[in-house]
Amino acid sequence: MDWIQILSNTAESILSPVTFAFVLASLGLALHFGFAGLLNFGIAGFMAIGAYGYALSILRFGFPWWAGILVSIAAAIVFAILLGAPTLRLRGDYLAIVTIAAAEIARLLFLTNTFDDFTGSASGLFGYHNSFREANPLPDGFYGLGPFSYSSTDWWVRIVGLSLLIVVIWLLWALTRSPWGRVLKGIREDEDAVKALGKNVYAYKMQALIIGGVFGALGGVVYALPSAINPTVYVTSLTFFIWTALLLGGAATVFGPVLGSIIFWVLQAFLTNVLPALTQDGAILEGLTSQQGSTLRFILVGIGLMLIVIYRPQGIRGDKRELTFVK
Amino acid sequence: MSNNEPVKSTGLHIGDAKPGVAKKDPILVADHVTRSFGGLTAVDVEHLEVPRGAITALIGPNGAGKTTFFNLLTGFDTPNTGEMHFDGKSVRGMRSHQIAKLGQVRTFQLTKALSLLTVLENMKLGAGNQLGEGILKSLIPSIWRKQEAEIEERAIELLNRFKLSEKKDDFAASLSGGQRKLLEMARALMTNPSLVMLDEPMAGVNPALTESLLGHVLDLKKEGMTVLFVEHDMHMVRHIADWVVVMAEGKIVAEGPPDSVMEEQAVIDAYLGSHQETDLGVVTGRVDASEGGEKQ
Ligand SMILES: Nc1ncnc2c1ncn2[C@@H]1O[C@H](COP(=O)(O)OP(=O)(O)OP(=O)(O)O)[C@@H](O)[C@H]1O
Ligand SMILES: [Mg+2]
Repeated sequence: MDWIQILSNTAESILSPVTFAFVLASLGLALHFGFAGLLNFGIAGFMAIGAYGYALSILRFGFPWWAGILVSIAAAIVFAILLGAPTLRLRGDYLAIVTIAAAEIARLLFLTNTFDDFTGSASGLFGYHNSFREANPLPDGFYGLGPFSYSSTDWWVRIVGLSLLIVVIWLLWALTRSPWGRVLKGIREDEDAVKALGKNVYAYKMQALIIGGVFGALGGVVYALPSAINPTVYVTSLTFFIWTALLLGGAATVFGPVLGSIIFWVLQAFLTNVLPALTQDGAILEGLTSQQGSTLRFILVGIGLMLIVIYRPQGIRGDKRELTFVK
Repeated sequence: MSNNEPVKSTGLHIGDAKPGVAKKDPILVADHVTRSFGGLTAVDVEHLEVPRGAITALIGPNGAGKTTFFNLLTGFDTPNTGEMHFDGKSVRGMRSHQIAKLGQVRTFQLTKALSLLTVLENMKLGAGNQLGEGILKSLIPSIWRKQEAEIEERAIELLNRFKLSEKKDDFAASLSGGQRKLLEMARALMTNPSLVMLDEPMAGVNPALTESLLGHVLDLKKEGMTVLFVEHDMHMVRHIADWVVVMAEGKIVAEGPPDSVMEEQAVIDAYLGSHQETDLGVVTGRVDASEGGEKQ
């Protein structure tokens, strides 16, 4: 077994655009669920809207890449308003149902053959990165250290992704430590009590849904930045992976989702590399095909999620005191 | 506070004290307010005026419609018919937060402490017109930091008054039931209300605390606020209320100053029953139904 290679591949996942995308989306969910108590099961839909909004505005309308990001943001705002307007006055579970359905509707609209000319249907979208790569200030070449060695294009993707990440982390941190964030946490605990104090609960919930949704869309943009959009990515299981990352790190925290997403992907990368190796002759999992071994990781992730929810429901970064109070 | 008898406001009404009697200076007026749930008419109030600057008690048996009436007045529920005016302004059709912003704050029969906020955060949330509660301004602390400090100061002052300041950094979830009642009331006061509506403020509060709570309610009046409260504890009603409104089966069956209203046959029939001569506080206070709800 080539441990150096396994560890190097694992380490590399820390700086991968997919990890960044997960961090962004789970920060959006943290605002939704951890701070405002909104059950959004459609974060994959927000990511899809972000990714497609970016690529389509470049491919079909000839926008520069940065304008593509702005289009994604605008699309996410519209999507959030569409989802929130009919549901945010109702009980929380209605939002859950509507978001999960809307995310599927969005995905199927991108997937259907009817709009093949526009969306690329099952083959997705590609070839939209010229404007992005032209904006790369780094000279051509190969830079970096050990597992973190990338071409200048790959670095450019990571720099933009990381910059978006820093802005979003700052935003979430600044919002949640402010009086605005306090209102949101109050709404999470009991919205009637907050209404009785004269706060427009509906407006706050809408703002939270929009901002978290924009974070999710930016996750989709970063997912799409490197090369192509594959419609099979934005399925419901993506939503639940993001939830896993969020709960792992701690839902009502700012750095929890960051940590949770990184751990999630490091673990995924490690298991993806190590499990097939373990199926070789003489290793523990001998008898399984390497593909079966690799699939085992989903079982392990599932078990891990159960263990977190049972033994550390507030997540790694959550406040221990919260555990004392079961609602 | 309990040593010296509270000063009762008198001469609040015009004419005979009967249901719907006009008040000299009403802060809250309800007309033809009805609310039914299916076949049951929970509230059917022909006319009610709540006198400004006084303490009014709303009493009545379980299921009389007191809480439902509170919900209608505060915008948490919508009446089937009727008009309501607060401070001369029609509040019919307004949302609960809009009514609260006018200066009408309420507490709930089932206490609503915001469990995973600290006691201090609960308090600060109560303050109105906070610059930092706007989404854009919230990003720039220099805009709201000064106001935040003032709010914190006021919150701590109130917490001291309600004997909760030692708990200020604990989650509200760690408070006892009675302490939560106190917190909810203190938090309501953070809004600087002109009308405070308390739904059973004494339920589940121990007798020693009751005294200080009574004191707090009387202080509100001294500070110029109007209080409307629902209570089953006749001792408290007699002690602090300037005016008593009696509800039964959704209707107002009597109103008047506490001493005379409790003599009325309609009240005895509807509520007090034949135990009037014995200790009312024992007979009617600490009603099981409300305490059971309290614990949840
Ligand atoms: N949401 C509802 N749906 C159906 N019926 C309701 C609803 N809310 C209240 N009621 C009914 O309306 C009547 C009045 O209830 P309400 O809670 O106002 O009584 P109350 O005077 O506050 O009683 P208590 O002293 O026990 O608190 C009751 O018969 C109750 O069953
Ligand atoms: Mg009631």
